Amino acid sequence: MATLQVELVAVERKIWSGEATSVIARTTEGELGVLPGHAPLLGQLADGGVVTIRTESGEDMVVAAHGGFLSVTERGVSILAETAEISSEIDVERAREALRRAEGEKDTPEGLAAARRAESRLRAAGQSA
Amino acid sequence: MAGTLRALRRRIRSTKSTKKIFSAQELIAGARIVRAQARVEASKPYAREITRVLSALASSASLDHPLLTERENPQRAAVLVITSDRGFAGSYNVNVLRRTEELLSLLRQEGKEPVLYVVGRKGETYYSFRDRATAATFTGFSEQPNYPDAQEVGRALIDAFTAGADDEAGGAGADGILGVDELHIVYTEFRSLLAQVPVAKRMAPLEVEEVDEFDYEREERERGTTGDDGVPASYEFEPSAEGLLDALLPKYITTRIYAAMLEAAASESASRRRAMKSASDNAEELAKNLSRQANQARQAEITQEISEIVGGADALVSSGSND
Repeated sequence: MATLQVELVAVERKIWSGEATSVIARTTEGELGVLPGHAPLLGQLADGGVVTIRTESGEDMVVAAHGGFLSVTERGVSILAETAEISSEIDVERAREALRRAEGEKDTPEGLAAARRAESRLRAAGQSA
Repeated sequence: MAGTLRALRRRIRSTKSTKKIFSAQELIAGARIVRAQARVEASKPYAREITRVLSALASSASLDHPLLTERENPQRAAVLVITSDRGFAGSYNVNVLRRTEELLSLLRQEGKEPVLYVVGRKGETYYSFRDRATAATFTGFSEQPNYPDAQEVGRALIDAFTAGADDEAGGAGADGILGVDELHIVYTEFRSLLAQVPVAKRMAPLEVEEVDEFDYEREERERGTTGDDGVPASYEFEPSAEGLLDALLPKYITTRIYAAMLEAAASESASRRRAMKSASDNAEELAKNLSRQANQARQAEITQEISEIVGGADALVSSGSND
């Protein structure tokens, strides 16, 4: 079965790379699924969105990606994000705490960005934001 | 005589204790270089990918974004200087600041007014001591910069650049904010443990060659994967290519600032380690010389005491025989 070579890189380090059967992401235009053989594409990921990578073994890896881009080529998919966290590494309590703190500062751009980040972390961890 | 010996011993003690500080600093700096180099390496995949995306975009979209177009009559140029927060790093800061002065006089010759943005406490004090205005200073992270720090700096620079778009000769334009027309960066490039070179680069308007900075790595990758002849694919864009460029370019600039900060941090630690190494070597040497002097003084003292005793005994003997 054809697979996609997926690279997930955040600014400070490469987070994950490997083979996957599909990638689901939300761009600013809408939800998008990528299967092997997808046409080349560049997309901007929506803020506060999550990316789901279905690995070869059939497991779903959910990633909270913030401020990122999605690039699909013949070779595979690369996901670039300013910050990205895999759901299994997300600390739900801390994300909730961050969200609560950010709620109070939502009128500043930084506060709003922090709130979005916290929301996407919660969503990736399977919690309601 | 006893006075000199005491003074010498005191100096030896203090030299030895400063030496301990120097060698501790050397060890710390040594450990930090390794960490800083690892962070430089860790940030490379992102830099490579974003460059690839940008090149793909550049080949598909028309390049008339403000960050890419040369302004007709550049008036002011922002210069971002990356220095360290702490001293004890040999000529590290002096070299960066000297390179900055060169760039500033070059800009002045070209008729542009330089505007300074400074990272690091050492740069900040350098300019404030000389009563020279800086547009903004950022301190507290020179040894271990994080991406949010780069974002903060990047935002300030890009805002100034955007505000400069409508400036007219000799005054602010419609928006009433005096912006800048060019962005430059001066930082120390980490070539190896022994060579760190201060470099000045222009960040905006972006030069097209600079977009391909990581190209050789990309070519290597492409050669490595079979069945790929490297022909640029025609991409679909979500949202439009222009919208993507809008979102991508500021991030690209921030990434470059971040990369420069990481390199500067590695260079800083390398310079500090070298400076501390020679300082502790010198202290060692000094302590050795001082203890030679101290030994000499001690022996002279003993010799003198012996001759005094012998002389005294002789005098007693000769006076006793007279009895």
